[in-house]
Amino acid sequence: MSIYNPPAGWFKAPTGAERLWVGLALTWCIIMSLAMPYWHFYGKQNSTGESYRVSVADYGARVQQFVESNTVGTEQGVPIVEIAPGGDGYLLARMWAFYPIIKLKKGQTYRLHISSLDLQHGFSLQPLNMNFQVLPGYDHVLTITPTSSGIFSIICNEFCGIGHHSMTGRIIVED
Amino acid sequence: MASAVDSLPIVGNHPQAEVRSCDTTSLPVCLTAQQFIRWHAVVAVVFLLIGGIGALLLALTRWPAVHLLDAEWYYRILTLHGLNMLIFWILSFEIAVLYFAGTVLLNTRLASKWAAYVCFGMMLVGSVMVDITIMGGKADVLMTSYVPLMATPWFYLGIIILAVGALIGVFNFLATIYIAKRDHTYEGSVPLVVFGATAAAIIAVGTLLHGAVVMIPTWLWSMGVISEIDPSWYRITWWGLGHMSQQVNVCAMVSIWYLLGTLTVGAKPLNQAVCRGAFVLYILFINLASAHHLLVDPGVGAGWKIWNTSYAMYLAVLASMIHGFTVPASIEVAMRGKGFTRGMFGWLAAAPWSNPGFSGFFLSLIIFGFGGGITGVVLGTQQINIMAHNTLRIPGHFHVTVVGGTTLAFMALTYYVVPLIFQRDFYAKTLCRLQPYVFGGGITLMAVGMSFAGSYGVPRRHWDIEFTGGQFAVGFDAGAHAMLGIMGVGAVIAVIGLLMYVLLVVAAVFFGPRIAGQAMPPWHEEPARPADAVTDQSEEHKTPGTLVLAIVFLAAFAVYYFANWMWLADVWEVR
Ligand code: HEM
Ligand SMILES: [Cu+2]
Repeated sequence: MSIYNPPAGWFKAPTGAERLWVGLALTWCIIMSLAMPYWHFYGKQNSTGESYRVSVADYGARVQQFVESNTVGTEQGVPIVEIAPGGDGYLLARMWAFYPIIKLKKGQTYRLHISSLDLQHGFSLQPLNMNFQVLPGYDHVLTITPTSSGIFSIICNEFCGIGHHSMTGRIIVED
Repeated sequence: MASAVDSLPIVGNHPQAEVRSCDTTSLPVCLTAQQFIRWHAVVAVVFLLIGGIGALLLALTRWPAVHLLDAEWYYRILTLHGLNMLIFWILSFEIAVLYFAGTVLLNTRLASKWAAYVCFGMMLVGSVMVDITIMGGKADVLMTSYVPLMATPWFYLGIIILAVGALIGVFNFLATIYIAKRDHTYEGSVPLVVFGATAAAIIAVGTLLHGAVVMIPTWLWSMGVISEIDPSWYRITWWGLGHMSQQVNVCAMVSIWYLLGTLTVGAKPLNQAVCRGAFVLYILFINLASAHHLLVDPGVGAGWKIWNTSYAMYLAVLASMIHGFTVPASIEVAMRGKGFTRGMFGWLAAAPWSNPGFSGFFLSLIIFGFGGGITGVVLGTQQINIMAHNTLRIPGHFHVTVVGGTTLAFMALTYYVVPLIFQRDFYAKTLCRLQPYVFGGGITLMAVGMSFAGSYGVPRRHWDIEFTGGQFAVGFDAGAHAMLGIMGVGAVIAVIGLLMYVLLVVAAVFFGPRIAGQAMPPWHEEPARPADAVTDQSEEHKTPGTLVLAIVFLAAFAVYYFANWMWLADVWEVR
């Protein structure tokens, strides 16, 4: 009984079905533990957390420079900025918008930097449903390769104040 | 092994007139502990009610067809719900459980009455402070209060006072165990339930210390004493509090499963070494599982994420998988011993499903295992988390762990706490018998709706998925809206179950017929031994039914796990 002191000699190895189950469960846990390092080396989707400390002012300046030298158009007053294949692009999250619109080509690889000017934000790419955390003071670098084309939305999925629900952004991928 | 001390007669250390013998179980009940168990339990139920009203408002806001609250009140009530439920209700109930396990089961008095007063007072004052600041609109920062979001200093101070109060209660429990050992009030090893409660207490100390480490600087920062708090450091440390406390909940819940297995069908664990070993795994391997809240964060690298996910988590997962087997196996053995030997599952069919102590506990086991356990491990897999972080999949997961699991187990236990500790009987017993099904069913439906909506990308903690006022038009397709509808219906059912519980408990505790001096009215009749019963003569207990259930569970787990890897392979490449 679980509410009484166990009889002496309770310390013994499991037997029968219980022993079988402990073995099965342990095996499964080991398989799952190995799956992650496996995917890290052979899988194509990983969050490596590559990031650098950066001051809010410096990051803002980088975004500004990126926008000034790479803008290819505007939509609803927001610059559309193209990243050169293999190059670096800078996305800014702030209350309550993502800036600017990023333009990419399918199948090319980019280093997309994300940071925040104010609070914590969430970078959530829809409808793909890929999610990454955005922190002020940290330049979070995603090395991404779009494998599909079209117009994608970014929504914020970390609470950032009363206007949080209206925080959106855009990524355009051309074939 | 019989030393001189061991051969002394076992007597409690209770002062005269501060103990009574339970009229149902004959266990010695320390009257001081009893008083504080009652107080903490009553306060817990009040917080549950506050959180439950909040739950209804939130669900009716997230259900797009209703969209009840405005944005400001949605986030305010979200803060209120998270803290009242996850912290105040759960922690208050857990302190009551610790006082029970520490004293009654070890035949000892509570170590310190004064510490118990201080603990109770601080917990109450802290929680009330927090609720007042939230409702006054001074702390719209959600439960996690991620910096640099800032609340009034009173909010953080309230949490600190609450945490220190709870820590004092936990130390009082540990001191109680110590004096029981010192005064030799029991013989041999402590009962399994006490062992589990001790595991919970040890983890709770770690949890509450993390809470102090993160909340004290944040409090100073909110008063301008410290100029900056690093957001990444905050997240790591806060989740040392936030996630470890979930392991406290798991330990408490599993201990209650064992306790209710014994109280309802007289189950005994097959192998105590296995059960205890699994509790030890919780203590040893949970600390860094806070990592799985940071799997897509900057500031921490892939090596750190993977190592802390698997090393720290999977041995704790193993522990849960072991309990998930040993608990139903003990029920199977007990029921087979009563003659319910027909077929694979005759024992399960004959179980006392009309006893809310049993149905609540068994549903809690199933919902926690099949729902919470599987989703938790999958969402907490480093790379798969990319498709889940901060979506509704996350609340979909934890409403079947800490609500369908822990909260339902606490509710089930209440059907014994009220008659045994408050010495009152319930009214409306048919409603009592239904309550676990209503609550468990509703919360499961809600979690299913949330999980699927989250798979479409619907974010958690989000007032308006039409993104009104945003610079670009964004929306979700009809499937996501349908899932949010299912979530809403499930939530309404769950809230009905919650209100039933609160009403039944309040009616019994304050107005119920007094039953002091009599055994508690049983929740179910002992069924007669079936005529076709076969008596198993062998030494070893056979549990074929549980093994089949466990293998079904493992198969479901594997299917969901690998399906998620397949979905992940379809999204953009990212490193
Ligand atoms: C009738 C029962 C309940 C219902 C219908 C319910 C419903 C909800 C809803 C709709 C949300 C908001 C999700 C979002 O918009 O992001 C939520 C959040 C939450 N709930 Fe519950 N809930 C219930 C019980 C509980 C209990 C008993 C606990 C804890 C023991 C709990 C813990 C939480 C937590 C921690 C959050 C997240 C708060 C945050 O994101 O800051 N809930 N719940
Ligand atoms: Cu945001």
